Amino acid sequence: MKTDAAATGDLRLRLVGAFVLIACLSQLHRLPVALAALGVVVLAVAVSRPPAKLWRRLLHVEGFLLLLFATLPFTLPGQPLFALGPLTASVEGVARAALIAAKVSASALVLVGLLGAVEPARLGGALRGLHVPETLVRLFVLTARYLALIRDEARRLLEAMRVRGFRPGSNRHSWRSYGHLVGMLLVRALARAQRVEEAMLCRGYEGRFPRLALPPPTRRDWAGVTAALAFGLALTLADRL
Amino acid sequence: MAHIPDGLLSAPVLIGGGLLAAGGVALGLRWLDERMIPRTALLAAAFFAGSLVAVPVGPSSVHLLLAGLMGVMLGPATFLAVLVALLLQTLLFGFGGLTTLGVNTVNIALPGVLCGMALGPVIRSTPRASLRFAAGAAAGALAVLGTGGMVALVLWLSSSDFAPAARVVIATYLPLALVEAFVTGAVVSFLARVQPEALRPVTS
Repeated sequence: MKTDAAATGDLRLRLVGAFVLIACLSQLHRLPVALAALGVVVLAVAVSRPPAKLWRRLLHVEGFLLLLFATLPFTLPGQPLFALGPLTASVEGVARAALIAAKVSASALVLVGLLGAVEPARLGGALRGLHVPETLVRLFVLTARYLALIRDEARRLLEAMRVRGFRPGSNRHSWRSYGHLVGMLLVRALARAQRVEEAMLCRGYEGRFPRLALPPPTRRDWAGVTAALAFGLALTLADRL
Repeated sequence: MAHIPDGLLSAPVLIGGGLLAAGGVALGLRWLDERMIPRTALLAAAFFAGSLVAVPVGPSSVHLLLAGLMGVMLGPATFLAVLVALLLQTLLFGFGGLTTLGVNTVNIALPGVLCGMALGPVIRSTPRASLRFAAGAAAGALAVLGTGGMVALVLWLSSSDFAPAARVVIATYLPLALVEAFVTGAVVSFLARVQPEALRPVTS
């Protein structure tokens, strides 16, 4: 499926494949199918050997996901499994929590495996190839280009605050200081936007960036996306039949 | 905080969210002038960078959403800025999801745009600093509460089994709303003193 997913390949097809596969994964209803899907995805990603930092992304769990895992076993009625003080966990509840965990992890892994190593600069062309409106593509490309720069600026501003003895706490003074930090970031971003626009106009910007036609997808790209779609379809069929 | 991952929501909710987001984005695109693209893109990057700063509350810390402030400064283009930021966040950091992109965009941008429409005029025109701070604080807090309510709503709409968790979700947004109120009020006061035209969505 994604064993051949190096950082090359056709991004348009990869985006479509990832989207459809994740859509199929996210609608699974049966625990065995979801667990099997997770197993296949883990194997496929492991074979493609992504850098360790991509694995680390999976450790990030949203707060309300933890909330769901904490409440579902005890709030879903069903056969009792174990008791925790006055609370009784049901088999159905635990199974439901496991299903969600499997689906969320498998989806996140597909995202990491297929799109984890993509540079945002290349995405602009792929989005344009998928007929995303030109204005949106330009916004995306510019935001992606300047994000790292502005993050650096934020880091420097924070450092300067610390050097002046700022110790963050839960009080109005700290929150106002963070407000000034964000305000300063915005003021500098506006000034930079002015300079960027002038620089673009100086270089003959006429409302669009020159673009290179993307090479057509190779046979390998088609094979990859077909495999992803077939896997998604097979999962959906196994789930519903 | 407000990034619902793939694999949780039901298909009707995902499709409905996608359609609503498409409507909001179309509105933003119609409204956005060609010449405002650099300003919008750089502000989107600044809001994104600002939301990555961890602000301490009690024993823990929160990340700002800044949606109310975006509504004041960007107007309907907030939909575009939020969509771009969420897509970048999904691809660069792996937070959020692909299929939930529409739902998450609406959850964050819609309350922000509404707050900007309701409170932006007061923030821009009032000569009283205290009223400006209060309006900014209200925009920040209400946008966060709106987002929290919508996250709870989409969870509840996806499956009634999520209802108990959805009720608690709203409570988890209260500390963020408090912090966001003070921070947004401070940002608005700061900008009014330093660069008042920044508070207007249309600037050329």
